[in-house]
Amino acid sequence: MRARLRLWVAGSVVAAIHVLIVFAGFFAPYDPTEQHREIPLATPFTINAKGDGRAEWFTTGWRYRVLGVVTCSRHLFGASAGGQVFVLGTDPYGRDQLSRVLCGGQISVLAGSIAAFLALLLGLVFGTVAGFYGGWTDEILMRLAELFLALPWLYLLLAARAALPDSLTPGQTFLLVASIIGATGWARPARLIRGLVLSAREREYVHAARGFGASHWYLLTRHIVPETWGVLLTQAGILIPQFIMAEVLLAFFGLGVGEPVPSWGSTLSYLRQPWLAVTAWWMLAPLLVMLPLFLGYHALASTLQQRAAAGSG
Amino acid sequence: MLKSYIARRLLNSMLLLVAISMLSFLFLEIAPGRFLDEMRLDPRVSPDTIYAMRQQRGMNDPLPVRYGRWAGGALRGDFGLSLAYGVPVLNLALPRMRNTLLLTITALVLAWVICLPCGVWTAARPRSLAARLSGPFTSLLLSVPELLAAGILLLLALRTGYFPAGGMFSPGGRPAGTIRAVADASRHMLIPVLILTLAVVPLLLRHVRAALESASGAPFVQAARGLGIPERRLWLRHILRVAANPLISLMGLSVAGLISSSLLVDVLLGWPGLGPLFLDAVAVRDTPVVISVLMLSALFLVAGNLAADLLLYACDPRIRTE
Repeated sequence: MRARLRLWVAGSVVAAIHVLIVFAGFFAPYDPTEQHREIPLATPFTINAKGDGRAEWFTTGWRYRVLGVVTCSRHLFGASAGGQVFVLGTDPYGRDQLSRVLCGGQISVLAGSIAAFLALLLGLVFGTVAGFYGGWTDEILMRLAELFLALPWLYLLLAARAALPDSLTPGQTFLLVASIIGATGWARPARLIRGLVLSAREREYVHAARGFGASHWYLLTRHIVPETWGVLLTQAGILIPQFIMAEVLLAFFGLGVGEPVPSWGSTLSYLRQPWLAVTAWWMLAPLLVMLPLFLGYHALASTLQQRAAAGSG
Repeated sequence: MLKSYIARRLLNSMLLLVAISMLSFLFLEIAPGRFLDEMRLDPRVSPDTIYAMRQQRGMNDPLPVRYGRWAGGALRGDFGLSLAYGVPVLNLALPRMRNTLLLTITALVLAWVICLPCGVWTAARPRSLAARLSGPFTSLLLSVPELLAAGILLLLALRTGYFPAGGMFSPGGRPAGTIRAVADASRHMLIPVLILTLAVVPLLLRHVRAALESASGAPFVQAARGLGIPERRLWLRHILRVAANPLISLMGLSVAGLISSSLLVDVLLGWPGLGPLFLDAVAVRDTPVVISVLMLSALFLVAGNLAADLLLYACDPRIRTE
C-alpha cells in the first residue's frame, strides 16, 4: 500500500513538472531572452518595478508556440501595461529568471529524454543481438561496451563533445548534444538487457517455439523483447534524470546549446562566479525545479525496481 | 596460480587501454575543426606559415603514422607536446593528476571509513532509528545532483568564511615549509573532499547494507549463532568477510564515479586538478591533451579495477580455486 502511495506521489510530482515545462510558454510571463537592462538582478517578487502597474492573471504577452505548432500569446499571469513582475527576480542582463527556468527546462528535459530514448534503443538492440546470437557478435559487442564503461562518463562525454563541431545553430547543437549523451550511455542498459535475453532464450516456451520453426524475428519480437520491458522502464527512470544532468553539465561548462537560448545548465553557470551566486541566491533557481524532478524520478525508478523484484521473486 | 591470475587481469587491462587509445585517437583526429584553424582567418598569417606550423607539429602525416608515433611515445612516457602550450603534455598533466588523486583517494578512504561501520550498524540493528532513517536519507542524497551539493557547500563556505573555497593554497602561493604547505592545502581540501564524499556515500552505504543483509541470511550465520558466537564477533569477523566480495568490486567501480565528480569539483572550486586542464583543452581542441587526460582517467579506472581484483583474490578463497 505504501509503495502504491509513493508511486502516486512521485508520479504526480514528475507529471506536474513535465506539464509546467511542456507548457512553459503559458506559465512564463516573459520571453526568456528579453533583456530588461534597466533592472538587472532584481530580487524575487519584484512586482511593479516601474511604479504604475500591477500583476494580473491571464494577460497577453510575448508570443510562444505550444508543442512547437500552435502560436499563442496568452499567459497565466503578467503585469498590466507599464508594470513589471519578476517572481524569481532577474539575472545580470535583466532577463526574467522564472521564464528562463521554465523555458530552460524545455531544452534540458527534452535533451535528457531524447538521450535516454536513444541510449535505451541502442542498449536494447545491441543487448538483444549480443544475448540472442552469442558467439563472436556477443564477444565484440560486450568488449565494446566494456570500452565505454572503462572511461569515466563525464570525461567521455566531454571528449565526444570536443570531437564534434561547435559553431552550429542552437537547433543543431541541441540534437548533437542529445545524441552524444545517448550514444555514450548505451553500454549499461545493453549489459543488463543482454543478461535478461540470455536467460529468456533458454526458456521452455522459446525452445518450443523454436522447435515449431519460428523465425528469429518472431522469437525476438514475440517472446524475448517483451521480457525486457520492466528493465527498460526502470532504466528510463534512472537514465532520464542522469541525462538531464549530463545536458546541464555540458551547458554549465559552455559546451551545450549556447546563449541566449536558456537551458538549466547555462542558467546555473553563474555558479562559476560564486560571489554573484552568494549575493543573488535566485541565480540557483533552476535547482528549485530540478530537485523535486530528480527526487520524483528516483522514487519512481526505485518503486518500479521493487515491483519488478517482487514480481519475479 | 596467482601469477597467471594477475597476468590475465593485466593483459585484459592493457588490451582495454590500447583499444581506448586507438578509439579516442581516431575519433579526435577525424574531428572537424583543428587547432590551427583560427589562424587561417588572420590575414597576417600566410598559408605557408600555417603549413610549416602543421609540419612542425607533425599534423600533416597520415593517421596511422600519427597514431604509431603517439603510441610509441606514450609507451616511453612521452605523450607529445600540447598544441596550446608547446610543452610536453605529461609536464602539464602529472602535477594536476597528483592533485586530482589527492582529492579522490582521500574521499574514497573517507567514504569507506564512514560507510563500513554505518553499514554494519544498520544491518545488525534493522529496527534502530538509524537504520530506519538511513533508507530515506540515502535516497534523498542519491537524487541530489552533485552540482547542487557543490553549489550549496561553496556558498556556505563563502558566506561563513570559515573555510577557504577555491584553489589549493591561500592567496600568495604555496607557503614556505612543508608542514605549513600541508596544513594550508588540507584546509583547502575540506570542501572538495566533502562534496566528493557526499557523492559516493549514499550508493556505498546502500550496497554495504544490502551485501551484509544478504550475507547474514546464510545458514552458517544461524549455525554460528547456535554455537554461541557473540553478535559483535559474528558480524565483524564472519558476516563482513563473506559480504566483502561484492563490496571490493564496488570499490573499483566507485573510482569511476569519483573521477567524474572530481572534474566538476575541480572546475567549480578552482582546484588545480585534471578538470580545468581537460575542459580548456576540449574548448580549444588541444587534441594531445584531450587524449592524454582521457587515457589517464581510463588508467585510474583500470588500475582501480585491477586493485579490486587483486584484493578479491587475497580475500576470497573461492576465486583462488577457479
